[in-house]
Amino acid sequence: MTALGKDLVGLEHLSPDQIRLILDTAEPFKEVSERPIKKVPALRGKTIVNLFFEASTRTRISFEFAEKRLSADTVNVAASGSAVQKGETLVDTAKNLEAMRIDMVVIRHPSSGAALFLGDRIRSNVVNAGDGKHEHPTQALLDLLTIRDKHGKIAGLKVCLVGDIQHSRVARSNIWGLLKLGAEVGVCGPDTLMPRGIEELGVCRFRRLEEAIEWADVLNVLRLQLERMEKGFIPSLREYYRVFGVTAERLDKAPRELTIMHPGPMNRGVEIDSRVADGTHSVILAQVTNGVAVRMAVLYLLAGGRPELADAAKGPAGGAAE
Amino acid sequence: MSRPERTTILDARALSRALQRMAVEVLELSHGTDDLVLIGIQRRGVELAERISRLIEKDEGVAVPRGALDITLYRDDLETVGPKPVIGETRIPGDLAGKHVVIVDDVLYTGRTVRAALDELADFGRPKRISLCVLVDRGGRELPIQPDVVGKQVKVDRGERVDVLVQELDGRDEVELVHGGLK
Repeated sequence: MTALGKDLVGLEHLSPDQIRLILDTAEPFKEVSERPIKKVPALRGKTIVNLFFEASTRTRISFEFAEKRLSADTVNVAASGSAVQKGETLVDTAKNLEAMRIDMVVIRHPSSGAALFLGDRIRSNVVNAGDGKHEHPTQALLDLLTIRDKHGKIAGLKVCLVGDIQHSRVARSNIWGLLKLGAEVGVCGPDTLMPRGIEELGVCRFRRLEEAIEWADVLNVLRLQLERMEKGFIPSLREYYRVFGVTAERLDKAPRELTIMHPGPMNRGVEIDSRVADGTHSVILAQVTNGVAVRMAVLYLLAGGRPELADAAKGPAGGAAE
Repeated sequence: MSRPERTTILDARALSRALQRMAVEVLELSHGTDDLVLIGIQRRGVELAERISRLIEKDEGVAVPRGALDITLYRDDLETVGPKPVIGETRIPGDLAGKHVVIVDDVLYTGRTVRAALDELADFGRPKRISLCVLVDRGGRELPIQPDVVGKQVKVDRGERVDVLVQELDGRDEVELVHGGLK
């Protein structure tokens, strides 16, 4: 078994050491993307399937870059236009792919628990790229890495997640990851988009954005899914922006400079003001850059490092690379 | 598990003399410092490259560009690298095209590390020449790779290990032969 186990389903069940291992492993991978030839042969010969049952641009492309820069062979399967539409079950789809001798599956699925369900049923490594309202571990890992880059640490920082906490897998993964690494976590958003009992996770609840801004070192502004309005969670987008929009005027009143994050895609003028998104304290594009490095680290760690093989290969002469 | 036995191959003074001689041989090999670039392999090779470049600087008054190479991602045995692989820094000083690159490592054994280093360097450009400089050649090659500059040649059996200790990382300069016991 690797240092992370067979699959990466979420951060809830990872130890602080395992999370730190991923972040530390991501560091050298940042440099790989700056090389003239942005590629290392670490996963040569591995086949990875990106199984996306939900629309995604950034995450899918980021995973694909990560896979290609590790020299893995990749195949993209989207739900539309595949056998899924003809009624095939998730397990059948995956087993058929496995019959073609694949090594890993990166899955995005609208149902919470899909990644865990799949991981228990196939031999290949499974990486969760977002399952329903459950978790989006690589997003939280890249957020953690970006915070660590900017502040030099995570422990002791105050990080507030703003917006739709109720439906957000990004929020859930961030809460687990931040708490495990010793940050203080706040949440702020309308009551209708706040899960009941959220305080029980050990986070502080802010009802007004102004209070969150006064408290926090970092604001992670979540995307407001526009269909929330149609379903009656918020009265209107303008109303939301007026009360919960992260604007330059609001940030001007902050006692210190806040780092601004957003997992994308942004709705400018809904949850975030353009002047904030493009401002000097925004690390939104650094998050995207770090996403590739973090995903390379996760794939690399899941693919390699089986100690029982290492011991067998070492033999009496020590490691293979003297 | 028996206690490992340690025999000194090079003490601090012998190590220093070996490096001095290696620095001279590197200069002869490259006909001066004009296109010379020293690249140390993580981790001890980086320290040794640093030492050799300081010796060259003392003699020639020229700071030789030097870099570091971590070959972990180019190894041919990913599945056996252990559960917590540590990947060190890779730092290449500028464009390698037209340069004479000297790879510096502590111990040359199977040749697999050097094979990986050659592959990795090729992805950074096309040096006009690549040479290999090692502190200890212990024999036992599994690939057709030979060093150009050697500090010390030792015949070491399969069950034995050569440990290079450097001040910067280990608190003292010494090369030891370790036999018996496990790491």
